[in-house]
This record gives sequence, C-alpha cells and structure tokens, in this order.
Amino acid sequence: MPIATAAQTIGPYWHLIEYPEFADLTRFGAEGEKVVLTGLVIDGDGAPVTDGCIELWQASPAAGARFPGYGRSATDADGRFRFTTVKPGPVPGRGNTLQAPHFAINILARGILTRLYTRAYFEDEKLNGTDPLLTAIDDPARRATLLARPDGPGIWRMDIRLQGDGETVFIEV
Amino acid sequence: MTDVTPFRPAVAGSQPPNDSPEYGSTHKRHPKQALVAFAHTVTEATGPRFSPAQFPAIIDISTVDGHAAMGERIIVRGRVTDEDGRPVPDTMIEIWQANAAGRYHHPRDQHDAPLDAHFQGAGRVFTDADGWYQFTSIKPGAYPWRNHFNAWRPNHIHYSLFGSGFATRLITQMYFPGDPLLELDPVFNTVPDEHARKRLVAKFDLDVTRPEWALGYRFDVVLRGREATPMEE
Ligand SMILES: [Fe+2]
Repeated sequence: MPIATAAQTIGPYWHLIEYPEFADLTRFGAEGEKVVLTGLVIDGDGAPVTDGCIELWQASPAAGARFPGYGRSATDADGRFRFTTVKPGPVPGRGNTLQAPHFAINILARGILTRLYTRAYFEDEKLNGTDPLLTAIDDPARRATLLARPDGPGIWRMDIRLQGDGETVFIEV
Repeated sequence: MTDVTPFRPAVAGSQPPNDSPEYGSTHKRHPKQALVAFAHTVTEATGPRFSPAQFPAIIDISTVDGHAAMGERIIVRGRVTDEDGRPVPDTMIEIWQANAAGRYHHPRDQHDAPLDAHFQGAGRVFTDADGWYQFTSIKPGAYPWRNHFNAWRPNHIHYSLFGSGFATRLITQMYFPGDPLLELDPVFNTVPDEHARKRLVAKFDLDVTRPEWALGYRFDVVLRGREATPMEE
C-alpha cells in the first residue's frame, strides 16, 4: 500500500500564498457571535516567531458557503497571529462524550518540518471540566496552555510556546 | 453510536522529525515534550473545502499579463491519492517557488539574483474527479541559505495540500531529478526513510512534455488514508 508523502517545512517564503483575508472567517457573511482569537508564537529562546503560518479549523458552526471554517494568519513582527471568526459550540467526541468548544490550530514555519498541531479552548467554558482532551492532560499547568483568556471584548488570547518554559501542549495528529 | 473514522498514523521513518539538528532553524522551534496522543474526533476528521468559485485557480504561473517569465518552461502533472490508492478529488493544491534565478518574489529574500517582473511564483490548482492536477511554471533556480557554509537549496517547488480532513493537511516540497544538491540538503534529508525521501523527487515524463513548448514532470502525492473500520468505544 502506498504511504503518505513526507512533509517538508513551509519555509520563510510561504507568504507567496498568504491571503490576509483568510484570517477573517466572517468575510463571507457568517452569522453568529463574532470572536477574535489572537496570541504570540514564541520560540525556545523566548523570541517571537515572525515568519510563522498559523492555521485554524473549527468543526462548529458547520462550514458552508458563508463560513469557511478555515483560516490562515501570518505572524507579524511581534510574533502575533489574529483570527476573526464565529464562536464554536460543543461538538461530539468519541463514544458518547461531548467536547468543549475549541479551535484546531496548526503551526507551520521555517524550522518546523511536520506541522505542529494543538487546540485552543475558552477559559470560562463549563464543559472544559469534562472535555476528553483537556481531562487527559493531568498537569494543570500543561492543560492551561490550551486555554484562551479574555483580552478585551470578544477577544481571546492564547500564546503558543514552541519549546521550553510553558511549552504548549502539542497533539499527535 | 458510530464514531468518525480516524486517519491512520504515520508509518515509522516516513515523516521528518521536528528535532532534526542538521537543519539549524529546528533548534529552537521543536517541542521537547512528547506529543499528547488523542484519537481523532470530528475536529481532526473533517476539514475545509475550497471551491474554485471562491478560490479561483491559477494554473499557469509562467506568464504575467501575457509576458513570459524567464527560464525553462515546465508542466507539472500528477495524481493525488490516499494510502488506499483512492483518488482525492476536488482538493485544492497551492504551490509557490523561486524564479529561474533562484529568487523569491518576497521582501525577505535578499539573495543577490534578479527578480523577474513576469514571475510572481504562486499558483493554485484543484484535482479533478480522479485526483489529477496540472500546472505550468518555469523551473525554479537553486538558492543559497545560511544553514551552514556554502549551503544551497536544491531546485524545489513548495506544495500545500488539504485532503478530506484537517489531519490530512500536508505541506511539502517537490524536487527535481538528477539534482546534485539533493544529497547535501539538510531539509530533504530530514526524511529518514530513503524510499519516502525519493518520492519527493519528481520524474521527468515525456508524456507530460509538450513538443516545442515545455518539459514535463510527474509528481504524485499520497495523503493519509483512513483506518479500515471506525473505532468503536
Ligand atoms: Fe523554498
């Protein structure tokens, strides 16, 4: 049987396929509660990752003609990414579980050969307490790396640390 | 209830580890903690769909406003399938590359090689119902980088593919056959398995080659396949 093709880094020049409008998932007229998800991407020296490509996917609300469900944001000179989207609701987990509202996040950059995958949850969600992924992470400090915190009206912030102190939990995908 | 069908895990050695010291940029950008294992849910098993209506195809990047880019014109054709050999239809492929002189149309590329006003270097194509895609470009040049003394990237075209789930997302690079820089390239050589590595190299294809017009290359891509049966819990 054929085996999946190997990944390679997105490199420093991926902006040739950067379309800034991709970071606004509401641009086709999506309905629902608008939220901003933003944060800094930081490397093992504490330096900002200024050439990163951050991708977001959400299974809720369902993607359609007015909502792509997918976004892409470049990190800026401070290492900051920023998406405008619609707040997701809970989605089914495996078995009869329910997953708390969350975004799927890919981190692609020079120096990253196979995309890093993680999730962003909302800090104040009651369902976080029973979410199958969050509850599988025993260390509360590690779990907290997946929680976006309020950072102004409708704005949620989750920084991504690639390595070292406060390293983000990355998920096998 | 029946769960979503997860995608199969990567075969050992077929994917490059993020901790690949020969490639200097990995040093501070790879996690040191183990990845958390978590069975795919609807979040990972579904993914974006792109339609050419909203994301128009750009299938010939060898000209700008009717002016031909400098360099050797090429056609790249290939098929996107999954690990079961099934075609991946209607999926978007994005490509980007340096010009014939080895320079990207990108503000951060400071390589002392000429830009080409008639080459932008980014395209977008969709696979057909049988997974086939094709685009026209020019052969990208090699370019120097600062990974180590006298380091040069082999000729390559960057690829972005989606497939049917967020888990199938793939960013990769297509290389050219016979390139002496391949065996020296720390990025290409991060793929541990030799066979997997060689599959990143396109094949010259006389059937894709168009007489009196352009050389043809064949580059097939395999995206992850799903497990045979849904996992029941
Ligand atoms: Fe490149």
